[in-house]
Amino acid sequence: MSSRTLPLLFINLGGEMLYILDQRLRAQNIPADKAKKVMNDIITTMFNKKFLEELFKPQELYSKKALRTVFDRLAHASIMRLNQASMDKLYDLMTMAFKYQVLLCPRPKDILLVSFNHMDAIKDFVKDTPSILSQVDETYRQLIEMYTPLSSGEFQLIRQTLLIFFQDMHIRVSIFLKDKVQNSNGRFVLPTSGPVPHGTQVPGLIRMFSCTGEEVTRLQFNNGGNYTAAIREGSFEIFGDRVTKLGTNMYSVSRPVETHMSGTSKNSAQHTKVNAAPNPLAKEELNLLAKLMGGLEVQKPGNADSGFRVNLFATDEEEEEALISRPDELSYGVINIQATKDQQANAELAKIMGEFTESGDQSPSASSKGDDLLAMMDGL
Amino acid sequence: MEKSRLSTSYGNNNPWTRRLAPDHPLPFLQPALFRENGSMYHKEKSIQIKNSASALYNNLGVLRIAPRRLTYFTVVHANVVNMVSASWDGLNYSHRQLQSKEPNVATSTSLIMQAAFCALPSRDLLVVTSQKGIQIYESDGSIMVYWHALDTPETPTAQAVFARGISAVHENYICVGISSGAILVFDVPSKGSNITLSEVLEEHKESITDMAAECSGSQECIADLVSADDGGNLCVWKSGEEFQLLNNIPGFDMSCSSVKLWKGTVVAGYGTGQIRLYEAVTGILHAEVNAHARWIYSLDIAPFSGLLLSAAEDSLVRVWHLSMTPETNSVEVAHLHNECVTDTQICGAKFCDGDGYAFAVTGYDLSEIIRYTQT
Repeated sequence: MSSRTLPLLFINLGGEMLYILDQRLRAQNIPADKAKKVMNDIITTMFNKKFLEELFKPQELYSKKALRTVFDRLAHASIMRLNQASMDKLYDLMTMAFKYQVLLCPRPKDILLVSFNHMDAIKDFVKDTPSILSQVDETYRQLIEMYTPLSSGEFQLIRQTLLIFFQDMHIRVSIFLKDKVQNSNGRFVLPTSGPVPHGTQVPGLIRMFSCTGEEVTRLQFNNGGNYTAAIREGSFEIFGDRVTKLGTNMYSVSRPVETHMSGTSKNSAQHTKVNAAPNPLAKEELNLLAKLMGGLEVQKPGNADSGFRVNLFATDEEEEEALISRPDELSYGVINIQATKDQQANAELAKIMGEFTESGDQSPSASSKGDDLLAMMDGL
Repeated sequence: MEKSRLSTSYGNNNPWTRRLAPDHPLPFLQPALFRENGSMYHKEKSIQIKNSASALYNNLGVLRIAPRRLTYFTVVHANVVNMVSASWDGLNYSHRQLQSKEPNVATSTSLIMQAAFCALPSRDLLVVTSQKGIQIYESDGSIMVYWHALDTPETPTAQAVFARGISAVHENYICVGISSGAILVFDVPSKGSNITLSEVLEEHKESITDMAAECSGSQECIADLVSADDGGNLCVWKSGEEFQLLNNIPGFDMSCSSVKLWKGTVVAGYGTGQIRLYEAVTGILHAEVNAHARWIYSLDIAPFSGLLLSAAEDSLVRVWHLSMTPETNSVEVAHLHNECVTDTQICGAKFCDGDGYAFAVTGYDLSEIIRYTQT
């Protein structure tokens, strides 16, 4: 639908990912310098100029599978490693958080404010590193340039596109359940109280006019809720009070990240994945993906000592258990291209992706490269 | 005064066949009474559908087939239309799914924007609009009788391309809106697949959101069709070999997501949650209602009784009563009833019959069609 959805999806999911990783790094007592390196490396990769250029081009949303591949790569842009189960959990949390934010946004345009909340936090993560800071500032400018001129209807189209992407996802998140913003069936609580969105009046008034435009009658009706007047609008500038709390960091060391896998399987019978489309579409998407990822430079592993593993679960046993017991319907079906021990295959893949960035156009041999890529990924 | 009561044996009170004269006041409609004595409507058994509804405007199609004692429902889920045929005795349900047509397989899935029934005097058709084009089916979804491809660019452009906004007009036209603001007018023969593009109306500058034809059945109304766009602009048309623009009612920079036309009155629902009633031909504002706390997704009118249904992202469905006073050229709006669909952003709401005796509702991420009937 909207061809301007991908940047918002990526930045907001990326922001949530950083919140979660930041929390886990601190919870696992990773040394401050290593933790900082991981955050800086990931943020640098996220805001890579070439990558963002591709991202901001008008295009349809990627499938869940394809987007997951991008985030897999992003999460491994530094010395940190995540096992499959932890990566799955990380992605679950990221997507449910952003789904929540999109649903609860009072106006479609407020998704931009949510994005700015994420951007503001990212800026804070790298405030001591001027080189990355300038990349982040540049991204603010691109967001403002692209999104502030859009009409309310165009924002609603973006929102509707995002909601299709998140359709049928009802994974229960512990922190949401505790805060009573999510029900035990995985659906979010939509309150019929609180301030109305900016630009909306509290429901309850009927005004009727004569032909000359004078108000003749006023009637009140019971709106069935408990609404209050709208509060001030958040800022759409590079700096400013965003007003909304959606998109701010809800995690802290004392509020850990957990998801409940059990109990979701009874809902999953009704889940039909939109992008369960078979392979004919995968090649085209892979071409686009390769172009996008060509800009994602992966850090050289460096010496073996500096690498470490982060666990999204409380213990290693829990992580292993989660991998085994994850319901099939919730599997993202992504091949972890970084997990290969085959150095040659990895190098070949990197070379192919590199070539895509350079040529950049749909040359006749592109489809055979797509085939190679597909075969390579299937074989890993 | 006859008090209506729901029972399994309808007898003389059959909601599916009862007809009132257009201006007949509803005998059982006493707003004050309902406030004190309980609810005007109550929930019935829901119809389960194969997928959940997507968050799209006007995402529920309803077609009543009286001779066969059936009602068809359509609900869009991404690139699929879920169709259910429900028998009136509540015993038989059959399902069918229609896919969006993708003539160009290399590019990504074509998402469906809307599915709506078009009831013409000679035939009923089902129109499905997507990012790629317009598919027209026989009303049971069994055969596709026509396909119109949109001009989709090779590489995606910043401005999205799709068709949205569907209405049958007068005797033989089906009108469909486009993201560019253009309206395609198709001429439909009384049978067969020889549907032709008769005209392209270029008046709107922003994407069409919804369209509606005059539904009162009155021969007196001059205006046949109203179209709405993302800027809230409303165009009023008279159909014919060449459609004539009767009026252009400017918006206020807020999308009008759903629109209806009844007895020469435009009823428009906006993203601000407001409903406005305009006299179609003159553009005079009759009434303004601060109806909902969030974006309105669906409006419907029961033409025989003047009941209005509105539904929004705020989880509320509201029932109103419209009455016209020709002497003073005024329109009155009265609020009758609220239904809250807990924790659901509603995306479709329609009356199931011309009196408004029953209505059905769909919500984002919900795999059922919720039904309500008058108590």
